[in-house]
Amino acid sequence: MLLSWRVRVSPRQTIAWTVSLGLGATFCFFFWVLLAHPWRWEAVAPYAGNLLAGWGMTLAVSAAALLMTVAIAGALTAGQLSAFAVPRALSRFYVEIVRGTPLLTQILIGFYLLAPVLKIENRFVVGVAILSAFAGAYLSEIFRGGILSIPKSQWEAARAIGLTGAQTYRYVVIPQAVRRVLPATAGQFANLVKDSSLLYVIGLGEFTMQAREVNAHTYATFESYVPLALGYLALTLPISFASRWMEERFRYEH
Amino acid sequence: MNIELTGVSRVYGATRALSGVDLAVSDPVRVLALIGPSGGGKSTLLRLLGGLEVPDTGEIRFDSTLLGRGDNPVKSGTAMATGLSEHRKRNGFLFQAFNLFPHLTALENVALPLAKVHGLAPDAARERALACLDRFRLGDHAAKRPAELSGGQQQRVALARAMAHRPRLLILDEPTSALDPEMTAEVLEVIAELCRDGQEIVLSTHEMGFARAVADEVVFLADGEIVEWGRPESLFGAPKQAAVKGFLGRVMRW
Repeated sequence: MLLSWRVRVSPRQTIAWTVSLGLGATFCFFFWVLLAHPWRWEAVAPYAGNLLAGWGMTLAVSAAALLMTVAIAGALTAGQLSAFAVPRALSRFYVEIVRGTPLLTQILIGFYLLAPVLKIENRFVVGVAILSAFAGAYLSEIFRGGILSIPKSQWEAARAIGLTGAQTYRYVVIPQAVRRVLPATAGQFANLVKDSSLLYVIGLGEFTMQAREVNAHTYATFESYVPLALGYLALTLPISFASRWMEERFRYEH
Repeated sequence: MNIELTGVSRVYGATRALSGVDLAVSDPVRVLALIGPSGGGKSTLLRLLGGLEVPDTGEIRFDSTLLGRGDNPVKSGTAMATGLSEHRKRNGFLFQAFNLFPHLTALENVALPLAKVHGLAPDAARERALACLDRFRLGDHAAKRPAELSGGQQQRVALARAMAHRPRLLILDEPTSALDPEMTAEVLEVIAELCRDGQEIVLSTHEMGFARAVADEVVFLADGEIVEWGRPESLFGAPKQAAVKGFLGRVMRW
């Protein structure tokens, strides 16, 4: 009876408050550290144009690679789900090799070994090709998972009403799978934008390479790299928002 | 309807779903009901009749169409496969779990096969689908997705989808087993209407009173074999086999 004045707190509320306080404190600490730093923005100001050009290059590479990634992933998914053993085995082999090796190695082999043999000298083209070949392998696994997650009863119903295999994909399976793979696909696209930063190793003047150069000229490390972080966020956040919007738009389960 | 099964068996892994079933049903039988304990082979027999599967041994014919012969595995592109696909298009199949397409509205669910399988123009397909939904008293729900409908409404939409192309034979696999008594009544009402209109139907059900009321012929299946079959008044009124007597005694007791 004496203790009856105590507010009852459910475990859920305890967890919610702990998480909120923990994250809030972390953010505060982070911003305090940032504010306490003796910033020298005037040192990097003359190079603002270089950073902007790099940001534009990253945007262009990412946008081109994004389209090609979807095409490659679609082809690999079709290969992996094929009724024939050869395309299945080859697609699987490709996915395992690409996912299991560092992007850096792939960029170096692609640019210094493959591109000269194919007589491609344009760094932009090579960069887009390597990046989408890499991201396509990941995305195809997301697509494959989405298609396999559609219950057998849906395939069966499509068969019972007389749809062909292609019609079943077109009208029944893919529309449902798209909705399911949206969040993971958005994550993969954000990764692609950030992975494009490795293309500095082949001398593509993208965002990260520009930031490295500004840093080399000014020794203002954080004044070079914090704008880099903000610039990448400006590219990845819209992807995230677009994905959320589409999830809502295509929702059918209520 | 004319159905002929000779020595039909179907095996799933180590389970014999049907073993050596012989059955001959001919005009003027219009409604055939399958009853018996769960796991007795009712669904398997319906799936074979619907052309969704083929037997491992034996032969099955509907009218003049050969629906599979055990010694003759179905390969895609063969006359057998084409025949089965035509058979599926001609008939309607209703599943216990409705198996509607969740991303499509009730109207789209019904119109999809009309437009894509039966070649109706989009407007004609919508019009026919709407008429069909009206017939099953679903006119007000045409624009709703399955998640917004009750189980009974979903099953009636599925029935509209199976009926819209005026099927030769309608196959109903436990159409009310997933529904509560009230919804069961609303779905059985609609099926009884179809029976009165002369639609040829093969159904499996646990609703003994309903089977007795609508069926011209009743088959009792247990352990993958036909235990007894005949007119409903004799099978329900004076069952000869002890297994049938026992089963009916148990399910009719309450």
